[in-house]
Amino acid sequence: MTAISTDFIQLLSPLGERMPHADFDPWLADIDTAALAALYEDMVVVRRIDTEATALQRQGELGLWPPLLGQEAAQIGSARALRDDDYVFPSYRENGVAYCRGVGLTDLVKVWRGSAQSGWDPASVRMATPAIIIGAQTLHATGWALGARFDGADSVAVTYFGDGATSEGDVNEALVFAASFQVPVVFFCQNNQWAISEPVGVQAHADIASRAPGFGIPSLRVDGNDVLAVMAATRIALDRARTGNGPTFIEAVTYRMGPHTTADDPTRYRDPADLAAWGRRDPVLRLRALLERLGHLTPEFEAQIAARADAVAAELRAGCIALPDPPALSVFDHVYATPHAGLDRQRDEYAGYLAGFDAAPTEPTAATQPVASTPKGSL
Amino acid sequence: MTLIDRPMSHAPVRTPAAAPVAGLTETSTLTVAKAINAGLRQAMIDDPKVVLLGEDIGALGGVFRVTSDLLAQFGPHRVIDTPLAESAIIGTAVGLAYRGYRPVAEIQFDGFIFPGFDQIVNQVAKLHYRTQGAVRMPITIRVPFGGGIGAAEHHSESPEAYFTHASGLRVIAVSDAQDAYSLIRQAIACDDPVLYFEPKRRYHVKGEVVPQLGEPMERAVVVSPGTEVTLVCYGALVATARDAALAAADEGMSVEVIDLRSLAPVDYAAVEASVRKTGRLVVTHEAANSGGLGGEIVASITERCFEYLEAAPVRVTGFDIPYPAAKLERHHLPDLDRILAGVDRVLGR
Repeated sequence: MTAISTDFIQLLSPLGERMPHADFDPWLADIDTAALAALYEDMVVVRRIDTEATALQRQGELGLWPPLLGQEAAQIGSARALRDDDYVFPSYRENGVAYCRGVGLTDLVKVWRGSAQSGWDPASVRMATPAIIIGAQTLHATGWALGARFDGADSVAVTYFGDGATSEGDVNEALVFAASFQVPVVFFCQNNQWAISEPVGVQAHADIASRAPGFGIPSLRVDGNDVLAVMAATRIALDRARTGNGPTFIEAVTYRMGPHTTADDPTRYRDPADLAAWGRRDPVLRLRALLERLGHLTPEFEAQIAARADAVAAELRAGCIALPDPPALSVFDHVYATPHAGLDRQRDEYAGYLAGFDAAPTEPTAATQPVASTPKGSL
Repeated sequence: MTLIDRPMSHAPVRTPAAAPVAGLTETSTLTVAKAINAGLRQAMIDDPKVVLLGEDIGALGGVFRVTSDLLAQFGPHRVIDTPLAESAIIGTAVGLAYRGYRPVAEIQFDGFIFPGFDQIVNQVAKLHYRTQGAVRMPITIRVPFGGGIGAAEHHSESPEAYFTHASGLRVIAVSDAQDAYSLIRQAIACDDPVLYFEPKRRYHVKGEVVPQLGEPMERAVVVSPGTEVTLVCYGALVATARDAALAAADEGMSVEVIDLRSLAPVDYAAVEASVRKTGRLVVTHEAANSGGLGGEIVASITERCFEYLEAAPVRVTGFDIPYPAAKLERHHLPDLDRILAGVDRVLGR
């Protein structure tokens, strides 16, 4: 079993005790009981989305799903600190962040159903299409932030990545560029302890947060299962960025309680005791315990949250199943923004080929229709 | 407060922009390098969202001086000296494009592009498709390419085929000052990502430049008309091919030279029209033979007008070797004699 490092900032203990912190508490002055309840609802809902999407995958409706189970506080606490005009550059597990940005429920699963390569228009929710190449998005955030600096805007780019990504060249190059240009970007690392089967010790021999100062970037290490610590840290980092003080690195120490994706089998590499120990640090349960201490956990409140979660799950399921298969010739759409003679020729030839089938003049027959794939493997 | 903070100096603040310099207003005689410079200047005047980024492009003006004086004119927010990391140069350009900028990234030498390869083929090339057209990537990536300058390893390569194979990119290669000027402006104005290959060993060759956009960049042009052999080329070899056509004419052979200009997409209509006339095809490039653009052009033309071919097409290319030492490069690079030998072969002489 891996040791749980507690060398981080914690405002909410695993038992739901609110622990005062002189530096962080001022950043949470507005978080009253109603705000805590709203954060709790978010966390319960995104966990329910996760459960439903996993079920949809098991039932064959999704090819794959990357669960965020255990990372709800890291995602909700940070995403709820953002302004609308900030811009998120995520990896592929940021379903909770996407929910907070206003991404439609059906749009969350389009990619995993194979209906499209992306689920939403990034400009509409100020959240980029998730990068599947590990760490690539950290450079995009840095470039976007450079543009924000040129524009004189006080918007901030926030990029999400995992502990595994910190080994990638792109993340390290992004830290170099962000420091060099002093751009308004927040590097938000969810250290969930695992890069598929590799424990974080394979990536780093020291706390990941301790790397950033070597690049000239201040860093914060917080309990990633503590929604309040995460929110305060993100607000501090955003404020630094908005006021021209450049990038900040946050390491949110959390735990991936589920598999890497639905294609993964953590029992091959994970000690059950490890999972049990982290289960006692569950981010949702500890906020629930705080609400209970505050006397807010009434049966009415719990029923209301459960109803909301069920409604979201039902909407997700219905939307997912109703997603239409894209038309055959859309395979050629949007490769280029401007006309392309070579691709136009291929499209015309394939359209002619499809038209040769009697049963369906403009669509492929069952024999030629690509079978919806169920990706397995590394993603 | 537990912020781990260390003092650091801010990025250097340079002197404010000098008095603006107008773009090219009349026909001028310029080197290829200065023609690109003039095109960049015009593009930056035309569109405030055009920014340049790369290594040594600021005060130095680039190792080939292509970006000379642009920092002084446009300032450090438009001409950005970056740290030395090609993946970050491209990845940062992606982020700028997300924010509505039109970045022009310089890769210092052809062989240095590979650390940026992932961002180019996985992000730049695919983001428009991935987002179903919601996010455009109007990024121009300038790359000096090709050999013949007696350089050390990684400074003389021809990596274009890696990029013509990557769907989502447009790839062009210029051969003279006029195209250098016109096509850099077209590339920057294009809403698709464009790799713009610059003929390194022709940087100092002068030519007349009319300050116009000229023929669309995806069109190939006949630079030397002929009737018996179609000789397809691009970049630095266009001048060599024209010399070969002149030499062939002295021996009574009529060679039509086509400068492709666009390597992706290839203007097959132009090549096909020529081959239907001549019945013979020779393709030449400095890049290695196997998997190179020559094979693709030969295959496509064979598919399109096999019945017009009088002889098997011929490729005159670099060998399938890593780029050799400077004292050996003349054996590797197609030259006038090797191109003529290819012309002889396709004519059965």
